[in-house]
Amino acid sequence: MTSPSVAVDPSAKVDPGPPPRKSRPAQRLLHNIGWYGSALLLFLFIAVPIYLIFVSAVSTREAFFAYPKALIPTPDTISLANIELLFTTPGVIDAFWRSVIVGVITVVLALGVGAPAGYAIARFAFRGRDGYRLVVLATRAFPIVILSIPLAVTFRNFGIDDSVIGVAIVHTALTLPFVILITSSVFVSIPRELEEAAQTLGCSPWRAFLKISLPLALPGLVAAAIFTWVLSWNDVFAASILTVINQTLPAKILVGLSAAPPALRFAAGFILLVPSLIVIFIIRRYLLGLWGRVVK
Amino acid sequence: MSEIRLERIVKTFKEVRAVDDVSLTITQGEFMVLLGPSGCGKTTLLRSIAGLEEIDAGRVWIGDKDVTDLPPRHRRIAMVFQSYAVFPHMTVYENVAFGLRMQKMDKDKLDKRVKSASGLLHIENLLERYPSQVSGGQRQRIAVARAIAMEPEVLLMDEPLSNLDALLRLEMRAELKRLLSEIGSTTVYVTHDQVEAMSMGDRVAVMRDGKILQLGDPLNIYRTPVDRFVGGFIGNPPMNFVTATLDRAGDGLAAGVEGAGSQPVDADHVDSLSGHVGKAVTLGVRAENIDVVDDGDGAGDTLRARVLVVEPLGSHDLLTAQLGSEQLKVATRPDLAIKPDQDIHLRFEPERTIWLDPETDRTIGM
Repeated sequence: MTSPSVAVDPSAKVDPGPPPRKSRPAQRLLHNIGWYGSALLLFLFIAVPIYLIFVSAVSTREAFFAYPKALIPTPDTISLANIELLFTTPGVIDAFWRSVIVGVITVVLALGVGAPAGYAIARFAFRGRDGYRLVVLATRAFPIVILSIPLAVTFRNFGIDDSVIGVAIVHTALTLPFVILITSSVFVSIPRELEEAAQTLGCSPWRAFLKISLPLALPGLVAAAIFTWVLSWNDVFAASILTVINQTLPAKILVGLSAAPPALRFAAGFILLVPSLIVIFIIRRYLLGLWGRVVK
Repeated sequence: MSEIRLERIVKTFKEVRAVDDVSLTITQGEFMVLLGPSGCGKTTLLRSIAGLEEIDAGRVWIGDKDVTDLPPRHRRIAMVFQSYAVFPHMTVYENVAFGLRMQKMDKDKLDKRVKSASGLLHIENLLERYPSQVSGGQRQRIAVARAIAMEPEVLLMDEPLSNLDALLRLEMRAELKRLLSEIGSTTVYVTHDQVEAMSMGDRVAVMRDGKILQLGDPLNIYRTPVDRFVGGFIGNPPMNFVTATLDRAGDGLAAGVEGAGSQPVDADHVDSLSGHVGKAVTLGVRAENIDVVDDGDGAGDTLRARVLVVEPLGSHDLLTAQLGSEQLKVATRPDLAIKPDQDIHLRFEPERTIWLDPETDRTIGM
């Protein structure tokens, strides 16, 4: 810093400062290519099969078997015949509704049991809390394949084999870890001081929960519920092992359509995809927020 | 407005005694400050009064009622939390009205109370907004309004000003003091900021490690702290502590500071110090009670010091000076034009000097 008494010489060269690092713009370009490129590849990895399924599901017979396959559906290659056929196949509509009902029962059971567990983990520092959390997670690591036959036998003994409630029970068991983990993080994000403040203002602990924590946790609980429903909807394996006549949609499609024409199978795959895609798209903002990333 | 009586409160977390056998009586309408560093137990004690902590031993009395086994909602208290704990999913109006709604107060009375409390805190124009739409300072006012709307017997405040920026804190301190004296409620106020404690409290309880070290009015604690910790904790800058040896000097005593000189002992203290003659003793004196004098002023009752740093603070200069082998802070008039490396002579004001036993760090005669 020059002192005020020294005059600035107008003819002196202006010091340009240290030379800029030439590699900077190039570095940034490579960096961006890396990130966006990987993101693009990942997107394509997921999107291309979905797109192909979609195209196949709405193609006419001829377009479906044409080679090379037209990738962009044009008006003369589109036909909803496959989907129509799918829905008129006996049992499909019933299976569809069964899937919905199993999903609802699963949500009620999983949230009814899981949310209080999540609350306990969030609020109470009980002995073995960390171990408990680990065990909850570990149950998910157990391969359902190994459990499925014994489960089917046990269900037969209890008279709930080949039933909607049986499938719902298994789905509850499968989704409970997620519900517990999600709800516990939801409740952790609600400051305990809010409940305490409510208590000093005249609430019992239960009332404080109802009036303060529950409304604030609702978005998170709804997201957990929807997530649970989607998991239940998508389950193929447990459903197909546990049901013979009263099948859910994925089970029906797997078993019933194994001999069906490929076009029909693509249509079925597409039908199975759509609800999940829609639901996840709607709640993605909330899920990402839950996992720490804000989405505009 | 109730009296609060705490009898031998003990609260333990794992193996640590957060509140260690504390007894305290807070009189009706008093503003009691619990002051101390982090972890001293002041917040735990406050929460024990609120009923948010279950105590391990002792009784809590509010008014003439033993509330020890009662939950918070039956104790007729209201609390302001450090983080404000304003309900984000309710409007400001609903926040302030919350406690009153829990009491099922009738609509008109409730509305009047809410408007009155909001008016006192100057948030009446925010009533339809949500907490996320107002500033931090305004959220703090919402928290206070919500508490005083309850017209509680006891008002508990847990560091309500510590999340505000410095300027706002200054303003709110004065505003809160005036407001609470108007309301006249019995208030227990927790803070780690000794300026807040001095400015607002009728009495201050200085706490450390779960115990109350000293209880008294702010000026009392400021002038005669009970030990080195309290003396160093209260006041800005902290009290200076100087090591000296006590010797006889004529009819009285004098404390000799190695390499600097000596200071006569005030007549009032001579008796209590008589047992320490010939031994080490610690002098405690505040920066503003040290006078810078001309050298050779009196007969050998000044101390020589060398100035290390001069901080011109506008209203006064704060000197850091080397006295023998120790350093101390001296506050002087701003126009003395003292420079670093200058030699100065100091005199400690005798009535403002306290004497501590170096082995216990406690003030002698207290």
